[in-house]
Amino acid sequence: MSSKMNDNGTPGVGRPNNEGPDSPGTHVNESSIDTRPAVDAGATTASDESTDEISLTVRDLCLYYSGQQALVDVSLNIPKTQVTAFIGPSGCGKSTLLRCFNRMNDLIDGVETTGTIHLDGIDINAKEVDAAQLRRRVGMVFQRPNPFPKTIYENVAYGLRIQGDLQKAEMDERVEWALHNAALWDEVKDRLKESALGLSGGQQQRLVIARAIAVKPSVLLLDEPASALDPISTLKIEELIHQLKKDYTIVIVTHNMQQAARVSDHTAFMYLGELVEFGRTDTVFTNPTESRTEDYITGRYG
Amino acid sequence: MLKERQTSVRSWLASGEPWVWANAAAVGISVVAVAGLLLLIAIRGLAHFWPAEVRLINFTDQFGQAQVAMGELADMESLTPQRYAEVFGSSDPQTEIVQRWLLKTGNRRYSPPDFQWLFERDVSSIEYPEHAVVLERMEWGNAYGFLVSVYDGDRQVTSGDLWAAFQQRLERARDIRLQIEELEQGTLNRINYQLERLRLERRSLEFAGESASHLAPEEADLNADYLVSESQLRDLYTSLQRDNIELRLASGRVVTTNLAEVVRAWRPNRMSLADKLGHYMSSIWLFLSEQPREANTEGGIFPAIFGTVMMVLLMSVLVTPFGVIAAIYLREYAHQGPFVRLIRIAVNNLAGVPSIVYGVFGLGFFVYFIGGNLDQLFFPEALPAPTFGTPGLLWASLTLALLTVPVVVVSTEEGLTRIPRAIREGSLALGATKAETLFRVILPMASPSILTGVILAVARAAGEVAPLMLVGVVKLAPTLPVDGNFPFVHLERKFMHLGFHIYDVGFQSPNVDAARPLVYATALLLVLIIVVLNLTAIMLRNRLENRYRGVES
Repeated sequence: MSSKMNDNGTPGVGRPNNEGPDSPGTHVNESSIDTRPAVDAGATTASDESTDEISLTVRDLCLYYSGQQALVDVSLNIPKTQVTAFIGPSGCGKSTLLRCFNRMNDLIDGVETTGTIHLDGIDINAKEVDAAQLRRRVGMVFQRPNPFPKTIYENVAYGLRIQGDLQKAEMDERVEWALHNAALWDEVKDRLKESALGLSGGQQQRLVIARAIAVKPSVLLLDEPASALDPISTLKIEELIHQLKKDYTIVIVTHNMQQAARVSDHTAFMYLGELVEFGRTDTVFTNPTESRTEDYITGRYG
Repeated sequence: MLKERQTSVRSWLASGEPWVWANAAAVGISVVAVAGLLLLIAIRGLAHFWPAEVRLINFTDQFGQAQVAMGELADMESLTPQRYAEVFGSSDPQTEIVQRWLLKTGNRRYSPPDFQWLFERDVSSIEYPEHAVVLERMEWGNAYGFLVSVYDGDRQVTSGDLWAAFQQRLERARDIRLQIEELEQGTLNRINYQLERLRLERRSLEFAGESASHLAPEEADLNADYLVSESQLRDLYTSLQRDNIELRLASGRVVTTNLAEVVRAWRPNRMSLADKLGHYMSSIWLFLSEQPREANTEGGIFPAIFGTVMMVLLMSVLVTPFGVIAAIYLREYAHQGPFVRLIRIAVNNLAGVPSIVYGVFGLGFFVYFIGGNLDQLFFPEALPAPTFGTPGLLWASLTLALLTVPVVVVSTEEGLTRIPRAIREGSLALGATKAETLFRVILPMASPSILTGVILAVARAAGEVAPLMLVGVVKLAPTLPVDGNFPFVHLERKFMHLGFHIYDVGFQSPNVDAARPLVYATALLLVLIIVVLNLTAIMLRNRLENRYRGVES
């Protein structure tokens, strides 16, 4: 629960095939064969019973860091305009999975994937799909706020400028819209020309969210967006997620179980690179089918 | 008790205090050395321009004859008895310390040499004559004497104040000299340049087997213009040489000096402090703005300042993109394997190659190979006279750019490495390509490091002399690399450089005593120029650093 820093999906962190003699490891290995179909079934049921539209479809996704397997046969459907949370102990592959959705893993040497991910029916790993184009549709917010050393205005306008310059008036309008939606406008409207580095951590994180939604993506990936923030800023971010899910499909990685319970509609529990359980949040938290999920949620390990 | 003291010494050593003292001492010595050097250069260099008092000294020479000398005190020296014996032999042994003075007596044309040593014990009297005149002349250095008469053409001026009459005519001569300079440097220079261009055009047409007859009218026009200007010039010279003055030297001899030869005249013993300050400032200004005279030992050093600054700027313009692009490739695009590591080591080692080796390389590769081939391809009409196939400003700048490129590469690479991964990912996650990320975020953030590299490169390049002697620096360049003739910037021209000027004036000069203060003054100027160039770049870097502060933590 506490070691959030290492969970960035960096090489060497994932260690899924660690068949150690310790008891949880053994437990996983015994049950993995049995559970996988159950998870698939769970995923399908989750979408079936709510007849949600599906945004991202993941099938049999495996990922290797220089030969080391970090994701094992992950399959799930992420419903549109809802919040899906990934939970699990550090190094379980949830950030790695998240980074597959906008192909950020392409940037790391020695990463290989098998399986497919479809975004609105399009295979995002297909040759003709440009990673930069994909990332305009799948925005991402990182664990630590990473504003550019530019003005607040320029930070929000960055993605738009890359896509081709809008007219000044349109640009102003879009920046204001994004800042409004990120619940930051009232705090920064008088200092748009000042450096973004002068904002507080919580403000910076909302600025980064504004920057991501300014280009109007269809999916928003949040990689532990509140883990570096104080409780009040965290609350603001959570409220923001609630607001944003009207328009965006949101996938959030979090270590904070309460947060997952509060903000998400669906929850996926991952352990050692496997998707153990995926379903409606209330079901996963109150009545998990897997004993490992229950163990984790009740704090018996992780 | 003893044991206690041992422990306290040991604990003192262990506390690290001696280490701090050693560090402080090292820094102190460095600061004192640098400050002392600068102070020495500054005092020696700047004192040269002060209008020193002129002394009239009566003394007895070694044969017991009464003599008189007039001039400025240039140096003083104390000779110990041993030193005296070493210099003058043992025939006249001394028991006490002997003082001797170096007097700048000038008048090299009439009674050389223009510097004279005097023993203090031989001096019978010193006067500071109020009417002593110092003339700064175009040739032969300074003259010291008393103004006797002023001739306006053949007519002697008798009425009124003699000094005022002299100054008035000197002013007139100065105006005429300015006109001459304007005519020579401006009109005549332009006509010559165009005639040369026409000659080359005619030759290249002849090579191509075409008729060049259409050039004839223009050529004739230019030649006619030239004749007009030339006769104007002749008239100006005649007019310049109209006036004369008579000067009585300390020895009593009266000499005639044409006003065309006089640059300035002043009477230091009559000047107030304000006058002296004014004279001092104008001397410094002349030093900075004038052409050198008399094999560089007199006059100004403007062409050398211009050449140095121009060469350094051109070098910076060449080295910055080259080094930055190389660093970007090495750090951002190249696969980080043993080959790239090897290249990086090689680049770092380039910085350790002696600069003269770069000079030889520049001469062989840039001047003879590239320049020679450029001449064959683009300037065949000028051959056998080389255009680019000879040392020049462009080749000197390129050679120095090559010399300093490792510095820029290394510091740019460091800057690129320091940029946090989160910033890159933030940009990529917004749909920017790698190149867009590089140009919009990474390079602006790395700009302080790039500028640090350029600062170091400038500091090194401005101080280099050895390679320049092979690839473009000359003792005296007739024209600046920038003038009014199309295309205005002439990178193929040779240029003057302060560093080489110091060497030339200090060690190749026919008149060492006269040149020595100029060496100090030139050295001071070179240091100042490097400081100014560096400060400009440092200020720019600090502004950029302020903008990006807080990201890299």
